[in-house]
Amino acid sequence: MASSAAVPFWRAAGMTYITYSNICANLVRKCLKEPYKAESMNREKVHFSLSKWADGKPQKPVLRSDAPEV
Amino acid sequence: MLRQASRLISRSVTAASSKSVTARAFSTELPSTIDSTFVESWKKVAPNMDPPQTPSSFMKPRPSNASSIPTKLTVNFVLPYASELSGKEVDMVIIPATTGQMGVLPGHVPTIAELKPGIMSVHEGTDIKKYFVSSGFAFLHANSVADIIAVEAVPLENIDASQVQKGLAEFTQKLASASTDLEKAEAQIGVEVHSAMNAALSG
Repeated sequence: MASSAAVPFWRAAGMTYITYSNICANLVRKCLKEPYKAESMNREKVHFSLSKWADGKPQKPVLRSDAPEV
Repeated sequence: MLRQASRLISRSVTAASSKSVTARAFSTELPSTIDSTFVESWKKVAPNMDPPQTPSSFMKPRPSNASSIPTKLTVNFVLPYASELSGKEVDMVIIPATTGQMGVLPGHVPTIAELKPGIMSVHEGTDIKKYFVSSGFAFLHANSVADIIAVEAVPLENIDASQVQKGLAEFTQKLASASTDLEKAEAQIGVEVHSAMNAALSG
């Protein structure tokens, strides 16, 4: 049974739906008027610390603490 | 020996019951009773063990469909950070599905629609509320409940027209100069979203 629908262009380029959806949402947020823009950027800030492990010990952590960019 | 139990049962069940469910029923139409022939054969083979449960035994019963079409559509419009509309009874909703603007009335056929960037309007009497939706999904159920989920939805007044024009020009230029597939896709998305916003503001 052949697959039916044509794939969307972003799927064909190797992008997942979540990436596509997040890009769309970020673009819309960038086009808002103040103060809504500041509110939404504030809301979407992420803070995380990532550390890779080697030989059972955590290596130096990488700290990401900024608003997500497209 | 217990590993063989399922094999022994399927052998005895297929031998015992000549009627096998070859035509699959829809999940809303299946009876809630458990298959008695299976349970009997199981008890013969493994009397001390409970028969295995199926996923349907853990599910709540499906909401029953009204016999007549309800007069109002119940809308649940949610965003990741807020519940915009919760159980609101409206007359009609127009959603920006990928297949085009779709009007949803009470009694709409059950549908799952993927949304594209565009305007969603909620009609209540003479009141029309419009939102610009970035993307998401709309689940229309048989009992005239519509669950619409979007990642970002803003009232049209909150969009800055000059930034939209700037963005549109920027991404059109990026699309022309893009090299890799991924860059082209990103630029294409930018052009689509900004043109949708442009159309929303002017239309």
